[in-house]
Amino acid sequence: MRQLLIDNITSSTSLSDYKSHGGYAALEKALKMKPEEIVAEVQKSGLRGRGGAGFPTGMKWSFIAKPEGVPRHLVCNADESEPGTFKDRYLMQHKPHILIEGMIISSFALGANLSYIYIRGEMMVQFHILQKAIDDAYAAGLLGKNILNSGFDLDLHVHCGGGAYICGEETALIESLEGKRGNPRIKPPFPAIAGVWGRPTVVNNVETIAAVVPIINMTGDEYAKIGVGKSTGTKLISASGHINKPGVYEIELGVPVEEFIYSEQYCGGIKGGRKLKAVVAGGSSVPVLPTELILKTAKGEPRLMTYESLGDGGFATGTMLGSGGFIVMDETTSIVKNLFNFSRFYHHESCGQCSPCREGTGWMEKILRKILDGRGTIADIDLLWDIQSKIEGKTICPLGEAAAWPVAAAIRHFRPEFEEYVRNPQNIKDVKHYYRLNNLVEV
Amino acid sequence: MPRVTIDGHTIEVPNGTTILEAARMIGGEIVPPAMCYYSKLKTTGGYCRTCIVKVSKGSEKDPRPMPKPVASCRTTVMDGMEVQNITSPDLLEARAGVVEFLLLNHPLDCPICDQAGECHLQDLGYQNGKVKTRYEFDRREFDPIDIGDKIKLHMKRCIHCFRCVKLAEQLTPGRYHGMLNRGDHSEISTYIEHAVDNEFSGNMIDVCPVGALTDRTFRFKSRVWYTNPEDAHRTCTKCSGKVRLWLKGEEVLRVTARKDKYGEVIDWICNECRFDKKKTSDWVIEGPTHIDRHSVISANHYESLKSLKLDVDKQKRQLVHTKNLLGEGALNPNNE
Ligand SMILES: Cc1cc2nc3c(=O)[nH]c(=O)nc-3n(C[C@H](O)[C@H](O)[C@H](O)COP(=O)(O)O)c2cc1C
Ligand code: SF4
Ligand code: SF4
Ligand code: FES
Repeated sequence: MRQLLIDNITSSTSLSDYKSHGGYAALEKALKMKPEEIVAEVQKSGLRGRGGAGFPTGMKWSFIAKPEGVPRHLVCNADESEPGTFKDRYLMQHKPHILIEGMIISSFALGANLSYIYIRGEMMVQFHILQKAIDDAYAAGLLGKNILNSGFDLDLHVHCGGGAYICGEETALIESLEGKRGNPRIKPPFPAIAGVWGRPTVVNNVETIAAVVPIINMTGDEYAKIGVGKSTGTKLISASGHINKPGVYEIELGVPVEEFIYSEQYCGGIKGGRKLKAVVAGGSSVPVLPTELILKTAKGEPRLMTYESLGDGGFATGTMLGSGGFIVMDETTSIVKNLFNFSRFYHHESCGQCSPCREGTGWMEKILRKILDGRGTIADIDLLWDIQSKIEGKTICPLGEAAAWPVAAAIRHFRPEFEEYVRNPQNIKDVKHYYRLNNLVEV
Repeated sequence: MPRVTIDGHTIEVPNGTTILEAARMIGGEIVPPAMCYYSKLKTTGGYCRTCIVKVSKGSEKDPRPMPKPVASCRTTVMDGMEVQNITSPDLLEARAGVVEFLLLNHPLDCPICDQAGECHLQDLGYQNGKVKTRYEFDRREFDPIDIGDKIKLHMKRCIHCFRCVKLAEQLTPGRYHGMLNRGDHSEISTYIEHAVDNEFSGNMIDVCPVGALTDRTFRFKSRVWYTNPEDAHRTCTKCSGKVRLWLKGEEVLRVTARKDKYGEVIDWICNECRFDKKKTSDWVIEGPTHIDRHSVISANHYESLKSLKLDVDKQKRQLVHTKNLLGEGALNPNNE
């Protein structure tokens, strides 16, 4: 298994160490290329955005408007707030220079002379590491004027956000970067036309930008050979939950889900040898899948860690790779409680601009609270289903969907569990009831 | 000029026209409701989602339907676009959902709300709402606050349409109010100890689609349907001076800007005209405002009766004039 992002140096924030492992070689190579050649390499690599939606990065870059005399910007989305996802902060903490190198190459490719890293305000450790690395890069002539005598100038700023999930949404991020309240903008215009300060802007995830470095090093064609189909390259997966070895793993896209969960190389199996119950594969906003669906596709083939395989069959049987937040739940997990946690989060984080999300997320949380308290009815389950369907697709930004999908999937796949909460409230005061229900021994 | 078909009606519109504006050009029942869009203010719309429509054909070039309903106030038409509003049951169901969300935290206290009779949410509720609410939890509660000496804010009725925020941004210097907090905790508020008191602030009351911002010089003095609206004007150095007076007998209870049939002002007016000119003698009265028959305001609005009365008065005057001309007895049929 190749590792392109978190390879050989496990934790090194020093510039010299990064350089001694071949760091900034890609930059030297890139600065000798034409910007459009770099864009073409990224297009050939098939790299898809690692921030969640999986949109092809090269194509996104090619959309950027190039009006005469108007500056352009690259913004790195380091807000990383999706519950279950913690790979960007890992990368920034252990290998800040790969992000900086990626930022310089990408900015050069896009013709941006002022770029930003927008980092979540709570991630102070990573902020200081990044800032130190940026200072070092300036001192070494890798940032600033006339980088490596190429004639290319770049200033790079790290901006600390206030710590709101919605500020990870690209247009809310731009608003926040401009010093305003982090409310998503209404599109169009898209950032590629009018982004930061109304100028053409590309917003990319940390991992996406870091991946540009190996792409330039190894060429786009070589990069595209890794992976399966349209899911090329490697992907960082944040694995958490009831597994023996939680952590951040770099996989080649295409690893079977079963292997990822059970092999010693990755998650090392379920804690205590218990049975797998469900997985949220791509961060809290993507639909949860029960064991039988997470291990096998609708056609009964082994499910792979790729955009296509995880999405196979649509939401009736599939889910999304999303940002790679892989949350494993064993048989003792209460799906209702888990969903309540997610719903509470989305309610808390809704920006409040559009009516369905502003009002609907709070309503869903309240109903789930009621069900958890043992006061729910069967009608409440149907109501929840109906509310989520009235939020999905009716909002300004995808936070509405992020709030609706988990509810839909939990009810779709685990309705009997909701009914159990409603029918036998005496059993549900705590999770012990699941041990009893499934004849399990408490550990 | 792109051609768009909305619920079977085709129209050619200038480039850049939104679906909502195209629908307004066609007029009638197919016009989507709008709670946050306001044609007289820039960058409004997109927030409330009441104006959503289904685009069953994207354009001539790309005939694919759009995957999700779109906000008609923010989506420009493309040549060959086909749109469904009232002809799509799914869409109407989705709109009913939006209305339900809007009403979750908006008390239906129409009998005491000052906006009753002029409330767009009330109309929307009648047209798209359900008889019973499915919401059983506590609603948001706020104490009303005075923002300045002329405007009262009743936050619990606010539907976060952002119109007042946009107005304050675009029509008045300095910004003293905006949205605080997130989600269903959001609230319109002024910066601490700031009052909204510039010359055009009163227009915020006019743009508020519900009873959240009310006129302290009028609120609860009367119900609108007990008043008679008359168009009037005066020479004003700050604004056009063209207003609507809301009269009870000879008393001017309220002054507002004039509104079009979509409830949007025709011209902004200044605070002096709105709050300080409360005598009929301050104004040149042009005549009764034409009020749509469907509006509750027309309940006590004797527009035709009034013109009849004016007519009778005119005839009477003529009679007196004729009598004066020809002498008493000239109009006596028996010539007595
Ligand atoms: C509510 C919400 C939160 C998001 N949070 C993040 C985030 O924390 N990090 C991120 O990279 N993208 C996030 N995104 C996705 C971004 O809007 C955007 O698509 C992404 O940064 C694009 O980068 P990519 O093309 O490299 O994936 C979020 C989207 C939404 C709707
Ligand atoms: S969907 Fe939610 S978070 Fe997104 S703009 Fe609407 S209210 Fe804000
Ligand atoms: S106070 Fe009125 S105008 Fe302002 S946001 Fe609320 S409902 Fe809209
Ligand atoms: S009027 Fe279009 S979204 Fe509010």
